[in-house]
Amino acid sequence: MLNERFPILSGKGVTKIFGLGRQKTVAVDHVDFNFYAGEIISIVGESGSGKTTLAKMLLGLISHTEGDIFYHEKKRDISSQKKKQEYWKGIQAIFQDPFSSYNIFNKIDSVLLDCIYMRGGRGLPHAKKVELMTEACSFVNLKFEELTNKYPFELSGGQMQRLMIARIFLLKPKILLADEPTSMIDASSRATILDYLLKLRSETGMTTIFITHDIGLAYYVSDTVYIMERGKFVEHGSADEVILTPRNEYTKRLISDVPKIYEEWDLSTV
Amino acid sequence: MAKVMLEVRELTTKYITRFREDVYAVDHVSLKVEEGKSLGIAGESGCGKSTLALSLMGYYFPPLHYTSGEIIIDGHTISGMNADDVRRSILGKEIAYIPQAAMNALNPTQKIIHFIEDVIQAHNPKTTKKEIYELARERFELLGLPASVLQRYPVELSGGMKQRTVIAVSVILGPKVLIADEPSSALDVTSQKMVIKMLRDLMEKGIIKSMIFITHELPLLYNVTDDIMVMYAGQIVEKAGAHKAVFDPLHPYSKGLMGSIIVPEQGLRNVKLTAIPGVPPNLKKPPSGCRFAERCQYAKPECKAISIGMRDVGEGRTYRCIFTEQELREVYKNA
Repeated sequence: MLNERFPILSGKGVTKIFGLGRQKTVAVDHVDFNFYAGEIISIVGESGSGKTTLAKMLLGLISHTEGDIFYHEKKRDISSQKKKQEYWKGIQAIFQDPFSSYNIFNKIDSVLLDCIYMRGGRGLPHAKKVELMTEACSFVNLKFEELTNKYPFELSGGQMQRLMIARIFLLKPKILLADEPTSMIDASSRATILDYLLKLRSETGMTTIFITHDIGLAYYVSDTVYIMERGKFVEHGSADEVILTPRNEYTKRLISDVPKIYEEWDLSTV
Repeated sequence: MAKVMLEVRELTTKYITRFREDVYAVDHVSLKVEEGKSLGIAGESGCGKSTLALSLMGYYFPPLHYTSGEIIIDGHTISGMNADDVRRSILGKEIAYIPQAAMNALNPTQKIIHFIEDVIQAHNPKTTKKEIYELARERFELLGLPASVLQRYPVELSGGMKQRTVIAVSVILGPKVLIADEPSSALDVTSQKMVIKMLRDLMEKGIIKSMIFITHELPLLYNVTDDIMVMYAGQIVEKAGAHKAVFDPLHPYSKGLMGSIIVPEQGLRNVKLTAIPGVPPNLKKPPSGCRFAERCQYAKPECKAISIGMRDVGEGRTYRCIFTEQELREVYKNA
């Protein structure tokens, strides 16, 4: 791992506009960011603030209208399918809804095998593939023997989300983008999922980008926090700085709207 | 002592599946809610929180079936009543229920006022539309919702607004008990706060007399309710005042649950989250002993053998464990 801090993913004036003319919606409005390698970054905002649109642009699933995205300090080039596939070896995602993240016709074996193939493991002997898959499953406390020949819908939501992490474990991308990975599961499984994500990051040193509306979660996991309001970053800085001494009005409001347990929760401000 | 609004004694209900198997999702649950108080129910997915909410209404439809126990609302026993009588004279008037994802329940082709007309005319067929409109307008304004909402269609309202409208409609008859099942879980923090403020207002302005609030978000429960009850695998495992339940839980499961709280406050960044390993038991064949024993790190062989009763430690505090309060505090200290 490199010791010096360098931005693995950065953007300048990144903008996404949906529609034309009067119907125009500016979803992401000239945002600048520098995501440093090895850090955990959170992007926090309300519903409709443009978090997911930004995530899709970072993943290269949709194009950006204006601005530039830099990957490894070079301008990102995903103009052809081949280049895209190369880019996706470096960046992977976990989505909000584990139930719709899987192809329902593919068995779990093939979900995991695809990851091995993507890392160039097509020629490996079968026993070695099984060993890799077993290792990945045991990382998230699942048993491969119990999962083999099953379909994703036979698992619970928490198990599916853990299997997603097992995929990431096999793929070992440079950047992991997690879009609300815990919002569909309850509080006690949330701790488990976060534990695995943090463990994975400390083992592989990958950069993790959390997208969430839960400011408590952002505070708990991240090194750097970006606050997003209506398509713009209104505040960013280290987690302690942003959450404990917020300067922006919007950030202050977001923090005051979260129920607390040690401080008084002021209900009169709505 | 304040008047008891809702009392439940040893309520047991079950689901009967297509394969004729019984699933006991609510197993010998007893609780009491006094006038002006709110009770929170916490627990992980599948522990029976929502089934308990459904069972409390006394209106059962397959696959949910009533087995035994009593439900008493303000002195009247409603368990064992004819289902149609319950619907006509109890639901809405005595006890109201806000289901999960209630905001999606609004028929998109009807204006909001139409739902209110439906509710009121089902109970008092003689009320005129004008009277209903006046009542609805007054009630909406009291709760801080603009009266113009009444003439709108559900699609014209935002998520938070829809949720608040549903709550306002469901309490239009002024029920004695309101059961709110995850009323804010699909909303973002700002709308969530408005919903909570509204529920508080309902209590303060005397529109509802007592409330049962169900959620898995513990910081929210702590801020909304007076008492917290923790459910696990269909049973109550601990009941205590909100402060005690969050800061000083006794049962090992509650302890684990409270260890998963995340809030943006100073010093909580370095606290290690505790995850409870394993999965809850299958309720088709619940274990004979303590239901949590499989996942409990303090479990002894006896835990799995004998059935564990509730222990009362005074001050309205009860919990279900083989260990005494003293023993539990001892093991937590050494952990």
